Amino acid sequence: MSDTLLKTIFGRLTLESFPIHEPIILGTFIAVMLGGITLVGAITYFKLWKWLWTEWFTSVDHKKVGIMYMILGTVMLLRGFSDAIMMRAQQAMAFGANEGYLNAHHYDQVFTAHGVIMIFFVAMPFVTGIMNYVVPLQIGARDVSFPFLNNFSFWMTAAGAVIVMASLFVGEFARTGWLAMAPLSGLDYSPDVGVDYYVWALQIAGVGTLLSGVNLIATIVKMRAPGMTMFKMPIFTWSALVTNVLIVAAFPVLTAVLAMLSLDRYVGTHFFTNTGGGNPMMYVNMIWIWGHPEVYILILPLFGVFSEVTSTFSGKRLFGYTSMVYALLVICILAYLVWLHHFFTMGSGASVNSFFGITTMIISIPTGAKIFNWLFTMYKGRIRFELPMMWTVAFMLTFVIGGMTGVLLAVPPADFQLHNSLFLVAHFHNVIIGGVMFGAFAAINYWFPKAFGFKLDPWWGKVSFWSWVVGFWVAFTPLYVLGLMGVTRRLRHFDDPSLQIWFIIAAVGVVMIAVGIAAFLIQIFVSFRDRERLRDWTGDPWDGRSLEWATSSPPPAYNFAFTPVIHDLDAYYDMKTRNAGRPLTGFRDIHMPKNTGTGVILAGLSVAFGLSMIWYMWWLSALSFAGILAVSIFHTFNYDRDFHIHADEVARTEEERTRILANAAAGA
Amino acid sequence: MKNRPSLHRRSAWLAPLLAIGAAGTLSGCDMVVMNPAGDVARQQAHLILWSTALMLLIIVPVMVLTVLFAWKYRATNKDAEYAPNWDHSTGLELVIWAAPLMIIIALGALTWVSTHLLDPYRPLGRLAPDKPLAANDRPLEVQVVALDWKWLFIYPEQGIATVNELVLPMNRQVRFRMTSSSVMNTFWVPAMAGMIYTMPGMETKLHAVLDKPGRFEGRSGNYSGAGFSGMTFWTYSVDDQGFARWASQTRAAQARLTDATYLKLEQPSENVQPIRFGGVNGDLFRRITQMCVKPGTPCMSDVMSHDMAEPGSHAPVNDRPPVDAPKGALRKDADEKGAAPHLTAPRGPAEGSGERGAPSNRNMTRLEPAHRPGVAASAQG
Repeated sequence: MSDTLLKTIFGRLTLESFPIHEPIILGTFIAVMLGGITLVGAITYFKLWKWLWTEWFTSVDHKKVGIMYMILGTVMLLRGFSDAIMMRAQQAMAFGANEGYLNAHHYDQVFTAHGVIMIFFVAMPFVTGIMNYVVPLQIGARDVSFPFLNNFSFWMTAAGAVIVMASLFVGEFARTGWLAMAPLSGLDYSPDVGVDYYVWALQIAGVGTLLSGVNLIATIVKMRAPGMTMFKMPIFTWSALVTNVLIVAAFPVLTAVLAMLSLDRYVGTHFFTNTGGGNPMMYVNMIWIWGHPEVYILILPLFGVFSEVTSTFSGKRLFGYTSMVYALLVICILAYLVWLHHFFTMGSGASVNSFFGITTMIISIPTGAKIFNWLFTMYKGRIRFELPMMWTVAFMLTFVIGGMTGVLLAVPPADFQLHNSLFLVAHFHNVIIGGVMFGAFAAINYWFPKAFGFKLDPWWGKVSFWSWVVGFWVAFTPLYVLGLMGVTRRLRHFDDPSLQIWFIIAAVGVVMIAVGIAAFLIQIFVSFRDRERLRDWTGDPWDGRSLEWATSSPPPAYNFAFTPVIHDLDAYYDMKTRNAGRPLTGFRDIHMPKNTGTGVILAGLSVAFGLSMIWYMWWLSALSFAGILAVSIFHTFNYDRDFHIHADEVARTEEERTRILANAAAGA
Repeated sequence: MKNRPSLHRRSAWLAPLLAIGAAGTLSGCDMVVMNPAGDVARQQAHLILWSTALMLLIIVPVMVLTVLFAWKYRATNKDAEYAPNWDHSTGLELVIWAAPLMIIIALGALTWVSTHLLDPYRPLGRLAPDKPLAANDRPLEVQVVALDWKWLFIYPEQGIATVNELVLPMNRQVRFRMTSSSVMNTFWVPAMAGMIYTMPGMETKLHAVLDKPGRFEGRSGNYSGAGFSGMTFWTYSVDDQGFARWASQTRAAQARLTDATYLKLEQPSENVQPIRFGGVNGDLFRRITQMCVKPGTPCMSDVMSHDMAEPGSHAPVNDRPPVDAPKGALRKDADEKGAAPHLTAPRGPAEGSGERGAPSNRNMTRLEPAHRPGVAASAQG
C-alpha cells in the first residue's frame, strides 16, 4: 500500500505510536488487558450483559445514572492516584546524579494527566453523581426533568474518560500542565497528539457536564413537591442549584476557549499564537474565567453535603439556614469576579491586582459564615460520630487551613513569592482533598444505605478515614514547607539534596492515602459481602430529616408512590414528629420514562469522532460526525419513550414495604 | 526546617536585626522565602507573616470551637444541653458575618497599600527600611530573556551578556526588563523578589535589590516544556568592586552575542552551563521582544507604523505576520500529516534536531562553560 493511502486511512497513527518499548506502560497495559478480559469473561460467563445493558447502561433512572457516575469517579480515582504515586516517587528519588525513573516526556504527561483526571473525571463525576442521586429524592420528584438527557450526559462524560485512558496506550497525553496554557499548547510547541487528546476529551466530557447542569436546574426549578418553596428546599438542593447555575454559566467559556485552541491547531488560525495577531494572555484569562467558578462547582455541592450531615448527626435543625443560602448565592456571584488572582504575576497594574485580591478575600466572608453555621449547628446538639460526621469534622479542621493559605495567596505581593510554588500545590490539595474528597466520602457513607439498603462497614470506613486524614497532612505539610523554601511545581529533578527529606515524607503520606483508598474499596467489598448484617429495613438509618429518607432503601423506580406535600424545611423530620402515616391505598398508575440506548450509541460515536480528529483520520471523523447527527435525528422520531407502572404493581411494592416496616418495628 | 516558625513570627518585628543574624545561615535548605536577602522579598515575607497572623485571629478560635463543640455535644454526654429546634440567633448571625468582615477589611487595606508599594513595575522607594532611595536614582538595567530552557541576561550598560548566571551589585536597585523567546516562564529569585511572567512578544518589568552577599537560586516558576527542571541559574550578589571586576572579566570573553549566536542559542537545550559573552548587540533585546531577530522578519513596531499609515486603519496590538507558522491540521495533505511516534521511542538521531520547536529536539548546548564570576572567594556560597 502506498504511503499516501496509509496516511489517508490511519492519519498520523503508525506502529511507532504504540509505546511497546516503555516497560511501565506495557506492564500497565498488560494488567489492564488481563483485568479487562477477566471482567468481560466474568460478565459473559454469568450472562450479565443483557442485565447490564437493560438495567444500567440504557437506564434513564436518575438513581442508576448517579451510581454509574460514582463508579466512573472511583475507577478514574485509581488512575489519577497512580499518577500521584508516580510523581511522588520520581520527586523523592530524583536528586543530584539520580535522574529518577521517569524521563521528562513521561513525567510531564503524568502530572498533566493527574490534574486533568482528578478534576474532570474524579471530582466532577463524584459531585454530579451525588447531585443526580440525591436531588430528585430530596425534592420529592420521580426523576430529573430530562431523563434521557441525563443518561446521555453520563455517557458523554464516560466517553471523555475513555479518550483520556486511550492516550495511555496509543500515543501520549498532553505535556502542558492541566490547563494546557498557550502558547505551549499551540501547534508551534506541542505539535504531537497530546494536546489533541486533551482538547477532545474535555470537549466531549464538557457536553455531558453542561447538559447535566441544564437538566438539574430545570429539575430543581420545576419539579419540587407541592409546598416546597425555594426557602423550604433542603440546603443540599440549594447548593446543587447554585452549582448548576455556575456550570451552565462557566462551561461554555471552557468550550469556547478549547474550540479556539483547536481552531489554532486544526485550521491554522491565530487566537493564541505568538504571531499573526494572537494573544496567549487571552487564553490564560479565558481558561481561568471558567477555571475559578469550576473550583466552586466542585466545592459547593459538598458544602451542601456537610450541612445535611451536620444537621442530621447533631439531631438538630440547621443553624442559620437563610444565611447559608445567601452565602451560597454570594459565592456564586463572586466566583466570577476573582479569576485574575490565578495570575497576579502576569504584570497587571497594582490597582487591578488589588481589586481581584480583595474580591477573593471577600469570598472568604460567606465561606467563613458557613463554617460558623456548621459550628453552631453542632452547638447544643447530640452529635453521633458515625462516619459521615467524622469526615465532616475532619473537613472543618482541614479546610480552614486551606482557606487561610488561599486568602494568603490572594494578597498579590505575597502571591508573587508563593505563585506556582509547592505552597500553592499544597493549598489547592488542602481544599480539594480536605473539601471535595472528604465531602465525597461523607456523602458516600451517608447516602450509600439509601442507594443499596445497607450501611457501609464502619470498621473499614474508619481505617479509610484515618489513613486519608493523617495521610493528607503527612503528604502536603512538606509541600507547604518546600514552597517556602522556593521550590516550584512540576519539577522533575532537583540539585539541592537538603530538599529530599521533605519529598520522602510527602511520599510516605501518599502511601498512607493509598492505604485509605484500598480500605475504601475493601469497605465496599466487605459491606456487599456482609450486607445482611448491615441491612437497614427502615429506609431511614440515620434518623434523617429530609425527604429522601421517607422512601424505602433502595427507593422504588418511581421514588414516591404519591408526591409528598411539604410543610417544613426538614420535611421528613416534620412528618415523623407529626406522625404522618404512609398512604396505603388509592394508588394510581405512574407515568415513567423508558430506557434508551441512544446515549450509549452517541457517546460511542463521539469517542470515534474524538479519536479520529486526534489522529487526523478525516474520513472517520466525517463518518462518525454524520453518524452522531443521524442518530440524534433518528432519536427525535422515537415516540415510544414512556410507560406506566400499573397501580397494582405500585400497590404490591408499597404493601411489601408496609410489611417490612412492620417487621422492622417488631424487631426493634 | 532549620528556621523554627517562632523565629519567623518574631522576625516580623525584629526583622532588620534578625535578618543580619540569619544571613549566615542562608543556604539552599533554608526557608528562603521567609528569610530572603533583599528588601522587596523581605517586605513580602513580612506581609505573609502579618496576613497569616491576622487570619489566625479567626482560624484558631474556629478550630478550637470545632473540637470543643464536637467533644462537649457528643451523643454520649447526656449532661450537655440539647436544643433540637434552636436554629436562629440574630445576634450570633451578626457576629459570624461581622467577624470575618472585620478581618477582611483589615487585610484588604493591607493588600491595597502593599500591592501598590510592592508593584514590581514601580521603581524602588528604598533599599532598606532606613535607606531611602532618591526618585531619580538610576537603577542597573538587566534585560532578561527566557529561552528554551535557559536564561539569557543582557547588561546593556556594561555591553555584556551571560547565560544562566546572574551577577548583581549589592545594595543597588536593579531594573529587570523581561521577555521570552518562545513560551511563558516566570523569572524567580526567591531571595530577591517575587516572580513575574516572561512572555513572548511582550515586555514585563521587575524592580528589586539584593542587600546581602552570597549565591542564591533562581529558576522559572512556570512550566515551559521538557527542559523546565533544568532551567535554573545562580544569582551572585557581590560588592561594587567585585561587580566591576566581573564585568571587565566578562568583557574580555571571546564570545560575542551577535544575531547569529542568539539564533543558535535560542534553539532548545537543557541543563545549560553558564556562558559569558564579552559583547552584545545593543539593539538585540528590543528585537527579541518584537520577535524579529531572524533576518527578514519585520519588527512589530515597523508593522504597526506601516499599518497606521494606511488611512482609516487602527494599529492592532499584535500584528506580527506569522513566520514559519505551522499549517493547521485540516489543511494538510495526506503526506503532510507526518507521524506521531511515541516520543520516547528509541530510534536514530532525533527527528528534526536543530529545528526550532521540534518536539524531540534534545540538543545539549555546551558552549564555552565558565566558572564562578569574579567575586571574592568568601562571597561564594
